[in-house]
Amino acid sequence: MATLSKIATNDRHGENSPYFDGWKAYDRNPFHPTQNPEGVIQMGLAENQLCFDLIKEWISKNPSASICTAEGVDEFKDIANFQDYHGLPEFRQAVAKFMSRARGGRVTFDPQRVVVAGGATGANELITFCIADPGDAFLVPSPYYPAFDRDLGWRTGVKIVPVNCYSSNNFQITREAVEEAYKKAREANINVKGLIITNPSNPLGTTLHRDTLESLVNFVNENNIHLVVDEIYAATVFNSPKLVSITEVIEKMDSNINRDNIHVIYSLSKDMGLPGFRVGIVYSYNDTVVNCGRKMSSFGLISSQTQYLLASMLNDDEFVDNFLAESSKRLDKRYHTFTKGLEQIGIKCLKSNAGLFFWMNLGHLLKEQTLEGEMELWRMIINDVKLNVSPGSSFQCTEPGWFRVCFANMDDETVHVALNRIGAFVCQGQETSTQPTKKKRWQKKNDLRLSFSSRMISEESVMSPHKNMMSPHSPIPRSPLVRA
Amino acid sequence: MKLLSTKATCNSHGQDSSYFLGWQEYEKNPYDEKKNPKGIIQMGLAENQLCFDLLESWLNKNPDAAGFKRDGQSIFRELALFQDYHGLPAFKKALVEFMSEIRGNKVTFDPNNIVLTAGATSANETLMFCLAEPGDAFLLPTPYYPGFDRDLKWRTGAEIVPILCTSSNDFQITETALEEAYKQAQKQNLRVKGVLVTNPSNPLGTTMSRNELNLLVDFTTAKNIHLISDEIYSGTVFNSPGFISIMEILKERNCSESTEVWNRVHIVYSLSKDLGLPGFRVGALYSNDDMVVAAATKMSSFGLVSSQTQYLLAAMLSDKKFTKNYISENQKRLKQRQKKLVSGLEKAGISCLKSNAGLFCWVDMRHLLCSNTFEEEIELWKKIVYDVKLNISPGSSCHCTEPGWFRVCFANMSEETLKLSMQRLKAFVDTTINVHNQSNHQSVKNSRRMSLTKWVFRLSFDDREPCGER
Repeated sequence: MATLSKIATNDRHGENSPYFDGWKAYDRNPFHPTQNPEGVIQMGLAENQLCFDLIKEWISKNPSASICTAEGVDEFKDIANFQDYHGLPEFRQAVAKFMSRARGGRVTFDPQRVVVAGGATGANELITFCIADPGDAFLVPSPYYPAFDRDLGWRTGVKIVPVNCYSSNNFQITREAVEEAYKKAREANINVKGLIITNPSNPLGTTLHRDTLESLVNFVNENNIHLVVDEIYAATVFNSPKLVSITEVIEKMDSNINRDNIHVIYSLSKDMGLPGFRVGIVYSYNDTVVNCGRKMSSFGLISSQTQYLLASMLNDDEFVDNFLAESSKRLDKRYHTFTKGLEQIGIKCLKSNAGLFFWMNLGHLLKEQTLEGEMELWRMIINDVKLNVSPGSSFQCTEPGWFRVCFANMDDETVHVALNRIGAFVCQGQETSTQPTKKKRWQKKNDLRLSFSSRMISEESVMSPHKNMMSPHSPIPRSPLVRA
Repeated sequence: MKLLSTKATCNSHGQDSSYFLGWQEYEKNPYDEKKNPKGIIQMGLAENQLCFDLLESWLNKNPDAAGFKRDGQSIFRELALFQDYHGLPAFKKALVEFMSEIRGNKVTFDPNNIVLTAGATSANETLMFCLAEPGDAFLLPTPYYPGFDRDLKWRTGAEIVPILCTSSNDFQITETALEEAYKQAQKQNLRVKGVLVTNPSNPLGTTMSRNELNLLVDFTTAKNIHLISDEIYSGTVFNSPGFISIMEILKERNCSESTEVWNRVHIVYSLSKDLGLPGFRVGALYSNDDMVVAAATKMSSFGLVSSQTQYLLAAMLSDKKFTKNYISENQKRLKQRQKKLVSGLEKAGISCLKSNAGLFCWVDMRHLLCSNTFEEEIELWKKIVYDVKLNISPGSSCHCTEPGWFRVCFANMSEETLKLSMQRLKAFVDTTINVHNQSNHQSVKNSRRMSLTKWVFRLSFDDREPCGER
């Protein structure tokens, strides 16, 4: 009788997927340029680490933005007390303004429609609770962010119906594909409540064309279902074409489009590189959703301390303009360093203009053009090349051989080490491909599907590799994962 | 096809309750000593505003914690990136030690068994997701915190079945009441998954007795169900008989890892009341069951605590000199403040349940009711909100079975404001009593009733509805 719920004991949290296995391998043996140069380089984490200097500089110049400094402590009491689920008004205003600027000022956002949530993770779950019942489904174009299975479906009981996209047209979403998937779902008696797209795309790093967006808006409108656009990577666009936000599209379309069905998800985790601050936003044109969403915010409000700091920062127009411009520039440079390097060794990537990763094609290196072939190659990349990249299958990609590779979460030196390793691996692969019968060492290595309790994971990441590596007097600041 | 979810269009969020509507009235006309001295005084918000000076003084002496620094070095980058749902190890360690200190170090907690969540609101909901299927029920003693209707039921689909407690024994939980509640659930075809209690109690302000706690352990053991102890007010116990944590009881009964009951007891905590930091959204759930910890940890992704806040509080709570002083000073000030409320009420001829904890008193206004009904309770409450201009919480919003009880908060205002609120109350009571004593009181009563009905109480609310907690 004193059992746990199905939710607590099923697998829908998705953590048994390969997506996480690679991280576990990294946690056991993380790369460090001097302390552990043979370690695994983390290329599976879509973090934006390129602009911390700008933020740090702003914080040191603006002590009153913190409620804990002498300059800001007068606000401490009121802010520490503030748990209103509407969110700090100045924070909502600042976020609305920032969202606008991140879209080149081409649209404005109404602060009254900004609903705060616990990261985009919390925001995606929240919008699902508002627009779908257990058993309902969402159409999601593949390849898609692996954690959507958890965020959209774990506790909500909602299903994902993938809309498969293919390399033949660069994985673009077409209205036809969406309609086909919708029709099939309906025939199987699946109640589709909406379409969820990520723009710019994770894992592709591409932005959607205006035409595509319009056709998708028409599609949802005609079928009276919702459209949720996750624009978490909005400000990571580093090359043309510029981002066309769904809000821009809506503003320009006919009044017969029912705006009540359109919702945007946002966050500061990627654009500003602040995933630790848990800033998620639901922006909806639907009053009932905003109202209901606000109440649900209670389950994942943003710390008022953080809201206050960011309200101040995002209201600084000069800082924001400079940050957005500089961030784009640095992402562009990093992207080109990688893709040029890969081109030189014959590796092609999907042409992309946004995101913190590129979509790499290693199909030509597969022994078999199958899922197993992809997993085999992936294990080799983790164990031998020592790069944690994410296999396309973890994104529900139907074509084997694609990998997502993150590029913005490391320093320049590490970029070169990674490129060198890939180069060496590719050359070696070309040598050994003439001896297909020779049994490779790595084939005998342990299966990466390690299973351990969650407690062990926490101990691994907290204690082992760093503790052994760093001397107590190491000048390098230790990760809070280890010592904080 | 209906467009939105059932959850979006029902009102299981509980926000139509009078508890929240009173706040709405307050928002329209809030008291301010200078700007609006005739406004409504907020006494419905269980906040602890008595010790901010101690927090501010600590901040003054510890600039590193505020400035994303450790030993003078910037750790901004690490904190900005830190989204590990296992939480900042130093924070969890400091938090469990703080919890231990509050319990007089009679029990210790393992940092590996604590899960950080965005407030106790999130912790309670998460536990429900882990322990109950939609349609399963938890038994809760009445009166209980109105927000539980939302936190435990709304998105989880779980049900609450009340354990009816009465003033005849100071609202303590009895074996009969527990069995009755269980039977009631069965009658409704609800599978009971556990009991949830708040200790110290909201709204009663009392700590649970050793007797009650043992009763709960016996009952949940016999029925093989879970026991959740929401100990969010554990640090607000300012008087004897002192706080006994459920963990202490398990220890006394030698219920260790080898026993089943060990895995079925879960604790919820938060820094919103003890430290007065509701805005920072720091909640936690603690369980000895590894599977619960594992599942809840993954679920915490939906509401993690900001790394900036974890870091600040890790530093603060690691300062043992600070925590020792804070805990005792906090209790001292709460004790003094509660005394002032109690004596103010006494002067107005109003008594309250004898309490030793919490940020509120459970006030007995049954003698002011025209008749012993909930309609009269609401009428009295409206008078107090609109006429006396005090926002207090009617017992019915806490699911109390007896009309006439009200929860009145005392720690969220200055001493002067508290004094004023008691003066207003006394004036109101004096008028009411005088009116009752007049020889033609019947006709006066009629005319008062007529003027009462003139007050229109709008149940619709716009976006500015109140939304503070507890």
